[in-house]
Amino acid sequence: MVSNKGLLLPLLAALAACATTSTESKAPESASNGPARSKPATYSRDPFPSTYKVYPGVVTAITGATIFDGEGGRIENGTIVLADGVIRAVGGADTPIPDGATRIDGTGKWVTPGIIDVHSHLGDYPSPSVEAHQDGNEVTGPVRPEVWAEHSVWPQDPGFTRALTNGGVTSLQILPGSANLFGGRSVTLKNVPGRTMQQMKFPGAPYGLKMACGENPKRVYGGRNQMPASRMANVAVMRQTWARAQEYRRRWDKYEKDGGEMPARDLAMDTLRGVLDGDILVHNHCYRADEMANIIDMSKEFGYKVSTFHHAVEAYKVADLLKQNGICSALWADWWGFKMEAYDGINENIPFVHNAGACTIVHSDDPNGIQRLNQEAAKALAFGRKVGIQIPDEVAWTWLAINPARAIGVADKTGSLKPGKMADVVLWNGHPFSVYTRPAEVWIDGALMYDSADPSRRPVTDFELGQPGEGDVK
Amino acid sequence: MSAIDSIKRSAVLLALGLAAGPAFAQTIAITGGNVALGDGSEPIQGGTVIIRDGRIVAAGRDLAVPAGAQQVDAAGRWVTPGIVAGFSRVGLVEVDAVNATNDTSAGNSPFSAAIDVAPAINPRAAGVAVSRTGGVTRAVVAPETARSIFAGQGAIIDLGADMEPITRARAFQYVELGEAGADEAGGSRASAHVLFRNALREARDLGRTTGISGGGTASREPRASDQRDLPLEEVPEGRLLAAGAQRSEDVLLTRFDAVALVPVLQGRQRLLVHAERASDILQVLALKREFPNLRLVLVGATEGWTVAERIRAAAVPVIANALNDLPSSFEQLAATQSNVARMRSAGVDVSLGLINNEESRQIRLSTQYAGNLVALQKVPGAAGVAWGEALRMITSGPAEALGLGAELGSLKAGRRADVVIWDGDPLENGSAPVMVMIDGVQQPLQNHQTKLRDRYRNVSEGALPKAYER
Repeated sequence: MVSNKGLLLPLLAALAACATTSTESKAPESASNGPARSKPATYSRDPFPSTYKVYPGVVTAITGATIFDGEGGRIENGTIVLADGVIRAVGGADTPIPDGATRIDGTGKWVTPGIIDVHSHLGDYPSPSVEAHQDGNEVTGPVRPEVWAEHSVWPQDPGFTRALTNGGVTSLQILPGSANLFGGRSVTLKNVPGRTMQQMKFPGAPYGLKMACGENPKRVYGGRNQMPASRMANVAVMRQTWARAQEYRRRWDKYEKDGGEMPARDLAMDTLRGVLDGDILVHNHCYRADEMANIIDMSKEFGYKVSTFHHAVEAYKVADLLKQNGICSALWADWWGFKMEAYDGINENIPFVHNAGACTIVHSDDPNGIQRLNQEAAKALAFGRKVGIQIPDEVAWTWLAINPARAIGVADKTGSLKPGKMADVVLWNGHPFSVYTRPAEVWIDGALMYDSADPSRRPVTDFELGQPGEGDVK
Repeated sequence: MSAIDSIKRSAVLLALGLAAGPAFAQTIAITGGNVALGDGSEPIQGGTVIIRDGRIVAAGRDLAVPAGAQQVDAAGRWVTPGIVAGFSRVGLVEVDAVNATNDTSAGNSPFSAAIDVAPAINPRAAGVAVSRTGGVTRAVVAPETARSIFAGQGAIIDLGADMEPITRARAFQYVELGEAGADEAGGSRASAHVLFRNALREARDLGRTTGISGGGTASREPRASDQRDLPLEEVPEGRLLAAGAQRSEDVLLTRFDAVALVPVLQGRQRLLVHAERASDILQVLALKREFPNLRLVLVGATEGWTVAERIRAAAVPVIANALNDLPSSFEQLAATQSNVARMRSAGVDVSLGLINNEESRQIRLSTQYAGNLVALQKVPGAAGVAWGEALRMITSGPAEALGLGAELGSLKAGRRADVVIWDGDPLENGSAPVMVMIDGVQQPLQNHQTKLRDRYRNVSEGALPKAYER
């Protein structure tokens, strides 16, 4: 297993904080003028609470399958039991199956945890990709931590359904784009269709903050003769912003402890305060090795932690540094060369980072790629083996399961097939690292949300109704 | 580092007996491999491929190895024709977002149809080497439109490590007649169609004044095929460019652009038309009634499955994306990964290309895309293709669609010896070439990426910085 010791502590803190916010937030919004000794009124940490509900499921037992548990374990001829929305049992052929369970013969098939994509823009850049749908970048200023990706999510994006049916993706983090140094908050969704974003929102998942270094921010703003126009300005603007956030945090910490006059609210600073408190996880778009090193130093200077470097095309050059600092890398298998900072992409990035003992994740950043994350992992695995890095298949599945779950702070709830966890499960019609394999069935919280053999278990978005190909196998 | 050393050793072993440089007067026999011909047939176990003077002599089962042939043992490996990218921009780009290295389009050029990609191809572009390492040996390279519906003339290239990349220059003209075409035409599809007809009229008029045009709207009988099949180079348009040649004042195209469209009008040069929406596809097919000599190839055709019978009846080949399944634009509402196989079962001649943002660097993904079409065979309600057919769509299929099927794209006798030996099923995730041959010449498989891989296989630095390690 890869070590995530450095990462786990803040994540647990974040989870604890989030778990309390939805119903019993630290103080009511309406400043109840109670006795002077009561805690001062403060702001809600969860003003757009999840309304996700577990869809109905039946007690289900899959038998005879090869199981990758998502934490590196493998069971041949395995049995898994799903009940009441959670994984009831996982084991060998002797695993007890409750009476009345729906039995599925998994012979010749594979069972894995549902894939988690930590880098998606579905809903924010939905299909059709028309100008009216470009909602992922607030390109009006390089520092925009006040915007929340969830407020751009269009639940009717057909891309969600493709990620489910072709990709076996059961949870995903929607991030703002990378035009800005501070892009805004991310939101983690369960990949179920909903009428509202809140119906998809992963209950209890912490927020993330999207940051970006490198070419994009300096290109967007430099092109307007505005700061940042260079990499050095990228860092300067980020540091100045963190310094402001520290000051904001001091003021609010003091107020929430001692009372007095409520400080002015600044939504941008709220987000950064959440990061400094360890409640919000930093997801930093960064390609080049040298820039990742700069970001790490900056995070230490201001007392926060980077959860994950995204794209990190040169992570393999500083894999030791990433391991030392307990930072995950969310990577493509073989993307390269589309811009200067992606020029040094190699096929072995994922296995090299994994081999150094650092947390490794396969991510998509793409509505097509998200449908084939298992294949991307398979390619990376194969290229590693060609240079002597022998990673077992079941260990490579951590790149798609427990590692991304840790990176977005939901590893205690999903990301592996452990009893008591959410029953987010994919039954594959063959070895899931083969190009010839597709999901046969997908469960989310134990509810069958996709069955390749049953057209009525195939979601069709509002957008697609009445259009050519409605309800087709996509 | 031992694993890398062993890879290098195995590459050397494979190379044994293969002289560097041109393979003339050399006979090579690749034996014992799983041989797939690229013609749609399923692979032959323990097959043999015999190559002489840079061409395929024979491929199949139970072939005698000619005396004196240099033998390459491919036991346990797969042998296929080199991958042919049916649509790409490889060689035109070093880094997409670095404008100085990106020659796909020319937004400030006065020319459109006259643009010819051949002089812009850089055989040393990193994308060429990376694609070659991925088993791609030939590519259809198209320019991109900028200020006109006509992008210009594309080429067929090889991806060999030499300075002679052009297999066939000016192999086709490329035109946009969907959403992109509407945009280039000033804002509507109707305008794009008027511009298209006007352009062909100007080409026809130009041809008439000099008496060399036989094409145009009047002709009802297809022209005899003799002139149509002449290599373009042998039918000079020089007279059309002569100082004395007269043109009407009432023209939109530059003389160069109009001249470039004469061979399109006459059917001597293929016209690749990008259209995705069903109605756009039908409008493209209808052009043949008006201009009977056009040799159309449809590019894209994401909604092709909904009008597949009409495409088949028009006998127009299609180069499609394999895996479009999102309504990413209003011209692709009916997108499904089953598009390719459904068109194929309707009798349409379909091959695969990369009509997306990956076309300059990632044509090596052609194998993965083809493999995914095989996967669809097992998905209820979906349409997939058999393995051999999937390979055909990325080898002989595109070669035939571009009129070069007799030259390349398969392991049939007489074809150029573009041969790849793979370490596994070439359509499977992570399989890679162990040997690539173009025109019978073994190719290097090192590139910028493999050098970086070798340098950083062990991330820790030695006594000196990494820059001293190679």
